[in-house]
Amino acid sequence: MAESIFGIHERALQVRTERGQVLANNLANADTPNFKARDIDFRKVMAAAEDELATSKPDLIRTNSKHIEGFADATTENFLKYRLPTQPSLDGNTVETHIEKAKFMENAMQHEATLEFVNSKISGIRGALRGE
Amino acid sequence: MSMFSILDISATAMHAQTVRLNTVASNMANADSVSSNKDETYRSKQPVFQTILDESTNEPKGGVRVKEIVESQAPLKMEYNPNHPMANEEGYVYRPNVNVVEEMANMMSASRSYETNIEVMNTSKQLLLRTIQLGK
Repeated sequence: MAESIFGIHERALQVRTERGQVLANNLANADTPNFKARDIDFRKVMAAAEDELATSKPDLIRTNSKHIEGFADATTENFLKYRLPTQPSLDGNTVETHIEKAKFMENAMQHEATLEFVNSKISGIRGALRGE
Repeated sequence: MSMFSILDISATAMHAQTVRLNTVASNMANADSVSSNKDETYRSKQPVFQTILDESTNEPKGGVRVKEIVESQAPLKMEYNPNHPMANEEGYVYRPNVNVVEEMANMMSASRSYETNIEVMNTSKQLLLRTIQLGK
């Protein structure tokens, strides 16, 4: 039920959170020698998620008809790529703080937008229930 | 994976930067600690950062830690000053190999990184609060 209300937004929130984590990790390691910055390609993850939704869900195996349907967590690890640095530093670190900061803020804004979508879905359903 | 781990990641980074600030403070405070022999002279201390790896996958797990604190191998400064109370038989005193300008730059870099991580934490906190407020 919840899945049909929120649609792709549920998965989008997950991916946004994971991307935020990767970017926060880049910023945390801004001064670590030999650290390579990474990022998640959001568009590709969502395209894959849409395919999954359209075809068959990566269901958990049900061995009994009374088992509830499971929605296996898809991973984003395959979409984790290393960033190409524009100005790599001598110590092998490829984190460019200004770029990472911008990406992090961008991700946060889009996260908030997704939250707003989910929120309006909830208010829509609530409005329907109350008959307002 | 959850939003809360972003806070953990930033916390480890802030801790590492605090250690770095601490070594800077120690180096600056001892920049003029003279001594009469090589072994007793203060040497500049520098932290070495390392990303925290997941033991099973060897992938970066999130966060950073201070691997070790090394002493700088730069040569000590010898100064001919026979009137100094700490001077040795030949009239030399040893000065630490602390480069004050380098330490100042180090301090600025550490405080900037600290600020960045605070910003990350603040943003994550706002998103978490918005998530809690969902449907209200």
